[in-house]
Amino acid sequence: MTPSIRLSGAEVRRGGRTLWTGLDLDVAPGEFVTVLGPNGSGKTTLLTVLLGLLPLAAGTCEVAGRAPRRGSADVGYVPQQTSMDALTPLRGRDLVGLGLDGHCFGLPFRGRAERARKVREALLQVDALDLADAPVGALSGGEQQRLRIAQALVGDPGLLLADEPLHSLDLARQRAVVDLLERRRRDRGTAIVFVTHELNPVLPVTDRVLYLVDGQFRIGTPDEVMTSETLSELYRTDVDVVRVRDRIVVVGAEDRLVHTGGGPR
Amino acid sequence: MTYSLLDLLALDFVRNALVAGVVLAVLAGLLGPLVVGRGMAFSVHGTAELAFAGGAGALLVFGTEAIGWGALVGAVLVALLFGALGRAQRERDSVIGVLLSFGLGLGVLFQALYTGRSANKFGLLVGQIVGVDVGDVLTLTVVGVVVLGVLAVVRRPLLFASLDPDMAAARGVPVRALSIVFAVLLGVTVALGVQIVGALLVLCLLITPPAAAAQVTASPTLASVLAVVFAEVAVIGGIVASLDAGLPISPFVASIAFAIYLVCRALGALRTRRRVAVTTA
Repeated sequence: MTPSIRLSGAEVRRGGRTLWTGLDLDVAPGEFVTVLGPNGSGKTTLLTVLLGLLPLAAGTCEVAGRAPRRGSADVGYVPQQTSMDALTPLRGRDLVGLGLDGHCFGLPFRGRAERARKVREALLQVDALDLADAPVGALSGGEQQRLRIAQALVGDPGLLLADEPLHSLDLARQRAVVDLLERRRRDRGTAIVFVTHELNPVLPVTDRVLYLVDGQFRIGTPDEVMTSETLSELYRTDVDVVRVRDRIVVVGAEDRLVHTGGGPR
Repeated sequence: MTYSLLDLLALDFVRNALVAGVVLAVLAGLLGPLVVGRGMAFSVHGTAELAFAGGAGALLVFGTEAIGWGALVGAVLVALLFGALGRAQRERDSVIGVLLSFGLGLGVLFQALYTGRSANKFGLLVGQIVGVDVGDVLTLTVVGVVVLGVLAVVRRPLLFASLDPDMAAARGVPVRALSIVFAVLLGVTVALGVQIVGALLVLCLLITPPAAAAQVTASPTLASVLAVVFAEVAVIGGIVASLDAGLPISPFVASIAFAIYLVCRALGALRTRRRVAVTTA
């Protein structure tokens, strides 16, 4: 089967700085990959590459067997939660519809019934049919985020990229979003790349972790990567990984990076 | 009153004025929701002042024939500049304020140096729709059709890029290129508006109708339709009322647009209260 993502020897540079290099990663359909790491480690940049917005400095990248293209229907994208202005002239159905054909030029004459059906189906998948006619600016953060997921799913992508989609949501909302994604990959075999600062909300559904720190990275199951030895190596300092019931707590990692920053050696 | 409305409508200059007003209101109504969505109300004001400066400069140097071109050059140049400013609201606002006041100063200087008819001077500030001739109407209509054609092609990605810029960029919409296209469309429309309703009141065609529409609907299509209707009502009503009263057009356009806005706000407040009542029930 064609992997959803195939990266080999991938290197990314931004502003003259190499963010990471030599990244080999195959993501199978239906796989849930969680991308962790401090700010500036190139997590979002990975999504930018997969969206076809940034070429690799070296190596190759394939999405569904082809080079990534801008606006591809194979890829859905859920951005970090941003609140929309209260008077934004968009209803729930309009926001979702923009995910389907918002990037297309020309007048939308053909296929209106088909479009309406797809939008309806996407809203149904996230239990948001009741938000179809609501002004998006009047919705809560959780409701807007459900619409964002519908917007990402409306093109029926084989790969879903999510950039901190749980940010600023309360625990119940976080669980609802994770359940939605989990259901989607189970039912449709959609591969998911999930960028986050917080592993725990997605720990039960994560197949593999890609942990990026300062140009270095580790890939493996949560049990393989989330250990004191591995993270201490990555961060090049003493990091303690503690398991408390079904949660993983990392001590001594992020605070150091914030102070030192710097590029790879 | 010595003329009935029908008598007035039979006059050539009145018909020219009405056609010009109708075309301008269509453009303003279609661009307005995007202006509001992009948070560019202040840019429109700045663009209008630079169109005024350009028009006044052209009047001083080349005479009345060149006013339209001067306004167009001033408006498009500055709209491009504003379009390139990016989305950092605070920096954008201050740059617009700086250029706006400079443009206004230049315009006033050009007007002070101009020694011709004073009606030519004030037209650019407060509007001189009765001075519109057949040639103006033709130019306006041609430009209007071109703007509509471009808008038909770019409207969907432009709407996406205006209302949901991060997502649009992620979906491969050429956000920067579209903001340049939009700046040109806006500059052209503002330059035409300045010659008809005057620099001081372009805002009331480009901002007030979509702002009113946004109060009563969240559908982007209906918002555009309503913005066009509101702009038409304000312009046509303003022309007819100003002829009737023998006063400049702008106070009437502004008052009608403002009245529509107040009504829509009241309706919007009612709608919100009803929605809250439904969700808490």
